[in-house]
Amino acid sequence: MTARVTIRIQEADFDIAKEIAALTQGRTDIGAVVSFSGICRGSEGSETVAALTLEHYPEMAEAEIARHAETAMSRWPLSGLTVVHRVGRIAAGENIVLVLTASQHRQAAFQAAEFLMDYLKANAPFWKRAESAAGTGWVDARRHDDDAAARWTKS
Amino acid sequence: MKVKYFAWVRERVGKAEEMVEPPASVRTVDDLMVWLARRDEGYAHAFERPRVIRAAIDHAHVKPDAMIAGASEIAFFPPMTGG
Repeated sequence: MTARVTIRIQEADFDIAKEIAALTQGRTDIGAVVSFSGICRGSEGSETVAALTLEHYPEMAEAEIARHAETAMSRWPLSGLTVVHRVGRIAAGENIVLVLTASQHRQAAFQAAEFLMDYLKANAPFWKRAESAAGTGWVDARRHDDDAAARWTKS
Repeated sequence: MKVKYFAWVRERVGKAEEMVEPPASVRTVDDLMVWLARRDEGYAHAFERPRVIRAAIDHAHVKPDAMIAGASEIAFFPPMTGG
């Protein structure tokens, strides 16, 4: 069976159940699907966040996600993966990103999903602007996210 | 070459993209930031802390010492906050 790789950047919300069905439909070789959803948190530190607006660099975002998807496919025995990243204005509580990984066994699916999210956070060209009572401002990158991505290159 | 700016770099520069023709002495990404920063106050503000700015050449991440010769599109942006 060939691996199913789906990568989309879109303004619209996504339906997790439909995305999982698209990944697994008609296949009997998949034993595990891991689903990660990143959701717009209604707070940043002590600030209340009403919404985030995500800006991106379209051509590079697609290229970066595709590169990371290829790396994940070569590193773990995956049957397929799906990455959907939203852009535009996203209200608190709404979905931002979806990563699905499918494999015969759970370990590969868990690890590949974590790898993809760590790499997306640190390397995919998206920027969040937060709306709060104090006004709007760009969200600062976290050192923690770079460290999380770096640990996959150590071993 | 085309230069693109994103997030607060774009806001400070005041435009999303432009065509630039730097002199031959501007050889690296770092050189280009120094050269752009001299244009006006907006550029100077955008590039006041060049160590913080990330760059990409033709849609791939590069280090500040990367050579810009042959590049068709160079982008400058803050550290990424996607996901």
